[in-house]
Amino acid sequence: MESAQPKAGEVTSTPEPVAELSEITRMYRMGEEEVLALDGFSFTFRKGEYWAIMGSSGSGKSTLLNILGCVDRPTGGSYRVRGHEVADLDDDELSTFRGAELGFIFQSYNLIPQLDVLENILMPVMYQDEVPEGIQERALGLAKRVGLGDRLHHRPMQLSGGQQQRVAIARSLINDPALILADEATGNLDSKTADEILELFDELHAEGKTILLVTHEAEVGRRAENILRLKDGNIESVERGAKRHGEAADAQ
Amino acid sequence: MRSSSLARAVRLGVSSLLLHKLRSFLTTLGVLFGVASVIAMLAVGEGASAEAQDQIRRLGSRNVILRSVKPPQVGDEDAEMRVLSYGLTRDDFERISETFPGVEQSVPVLQTPAEVRSGQLLCRPRVLCTPHLFQSVTRRDLFSGRFLTEQDEASRSLVCVLGYEVARFLFPFDTALGERVKVGEHYLEVVGVLHSRIPVGTVTLDPSSEAGGEVFMPLSTGRAYFGERQTQMRSGSMDIQEVQLHEIIVAAERDIDVPVIAAACRSMLKREHDEKDYEVIVPLELLARAEETKRIFNIVLGSIAGISLLVGGIGIMNVMLATVTERTREIGIRRALGAKRKHIVTQFLVETMVLSGAGGVVGVGVGLLIPWIVERTAELETIVEPAAPIFAFGISVLVGIVFGLYPAWRAANMDPVEALRHE
Repeated sequence: MESAQPKAGEVTSTPEPVAELSEITRMYRMGEEEVLALDGFSFTFRKGEYWAIMGSSGSGKSTLLNILGCVDRPTGGSYRVRGHEVADLDDDELSTFRGAELGFIFQSYNLIPQLDVLENILMPVMYQDEVPEGIQERALGLAKRVGLGDRLHHRPMQLSGGQQQRVAIARSLINDPALILADEATGNLDSKTADEILELFDELHAEGKTILLVTHEAEVGRRAENILRLKDGNIESVERGAKRHGEAADAQ
Repeated sequence: MRSSSLARAVRLGVSSLLLHKLRSFLTTLGVLFGVASVIAMLAVGEGASAEAQDQIRRLGSRNVILRSVKPPQVGDEDAEMRVLSYGLTRDDFERISETFPGVEQSVPVLQTPAEVRSGQLLCRPRVLCTPHLFQSVTRRDLFSGRFLTEQDEASRSLVCVLGYEVARFLFPFDTALGERVKVGEHYLEVVGVLHSRIPVGTVTLDPSSEAGGEVFMPLSTGRAYFGERQTQMRSGSMDIQEVQLHEIIVAAERDIDVPVIAAACRSMLKREHDEKDYEVIVPLELLARAEETKRIFNIVLGSIAGISLLVGGIGIMNVMLATVTERTREIGIRRALGAKRKHIVTQFLVETMVLSGAGGVVGVGVGLLIPWIVERTAELETIVEPAAPIFAFGISVLVGIVFGLYPAWRAANMDPVEALRHE
């Protein structure tokens, strides 16, 4: 995997693609009926971009997120992450790939209750075949970074919702992933805490991380740089933010 | 790296199980009792069979013992006086000692029903008239003094050797050596004391009982002074029995000669005796039978223990299946964060093994405690083979693997998307 990327990347004119989807379809079979959750979806997310993916329920945004997160496989089409074709990987390779290249943030935090803060942050590392040097220090650094430097050995049950989500964010960053996938990351939080989390996302964005935030709240969506709206399994509209306005729609 | 990841897996398993302490504890009970019963039953079984084998070995594994048996009563029960003549004869003895191949020694024993007294004390031990060879053939140890000698036999000496219980009973405070005891109507000098057949110190036997009391005198003395007629008064009638020899102990030269000699004795006795007024005891055959009994005993115990472990294992599997369902979401999270199927399998398998292994450890403890208590309270000999706890613990871990595989497999094969959506 390509490693060393600029931590605080100043955005070049056409950044390299991180996630390339072309002609993705995902079909579900519900009894006799076949439901097309994604219908020939093509899009390219580039390095350093911050996208909000929006749409009503049934628009296919959850399916898209599952496919982006490599927990689900498309029925057809091609999905490349940092140039790797994901469809070619077997279950074990895909698992390792998820842990190494993707950072997950969930609505309900999804920390492991029997592990403390530090262990939860280190979770994705434990399942990698090789443990990188200095990973403990990196985990400590991330815990401090999200403001939990003094709660390293608390269990998730001893933390507030906002704190738990911070642990989840630190966890998503531990392997320096290509893509951070946040699924309704603020959905369970009150507006003040949600705001703090969104500020954290802004900081990560400023550092050059690629963030995809799935939400149905317009309020939250507006905080992102760009907005991708889905409808009936395909793109409804693409709104690019001020900074990147008018830049390449050529990816499509 | 490998060992530390295993240590981590075990630590994680323990902390997961500690989230539900009572449930985990109750789940381990099945295996706990299974393992404890394996150890305890093996220990008691081993002890019992060792004791039986020891007793048989004391008869001498190279010996064939021929014994006179009173045949079923014939004739008039109420006759006032009758002489019943039966049993092994001097001719039998001659034939065995002179014509049988492979016989190292053969020892005749005559028993006389005399009372033994010293002063006011009286007991009724087995009074055995036998030549000096008796001691070496039966491998009896001397406690003090000497056993009978050829000299005693030749000169019909009025000497005797006491069994330990008889010596203790008749001379509770003194050494018996050099004292005189009255056997029947005759005074005999005590020249030696034989060790008890039962280990000294455990149980003191009544010297009047068959096992406990024995007095030995030369065969020639016995024949000369007491004769071959044994007279017993029984509720008004006199019962006279005539037996030439009560016992012939035949010692084989080698172990493999024992079955041949036994067969030869049987056919010879069958030929020479009209009635079955004898029995042939072959300790080696008894030993084989005892071993067979032990084998069956072990199979039965093993099946019982196996069933309890099976039940314990099923209990564990049941709980683990529930745990897997309950933790579907956690499985989804782990999978999303990079866990391979084998990681999930390992996690749940280790958890099951920790559960059954913990049951095993406590079970071994309980299992070792039971024989200890049994030995102290029931005065039964128990033997804990060093391999038994290891074996039992190994089985408990094996139960964990066998019954953990399916739940672990179920966990690993969950669809991550479905698992993450699970509430």
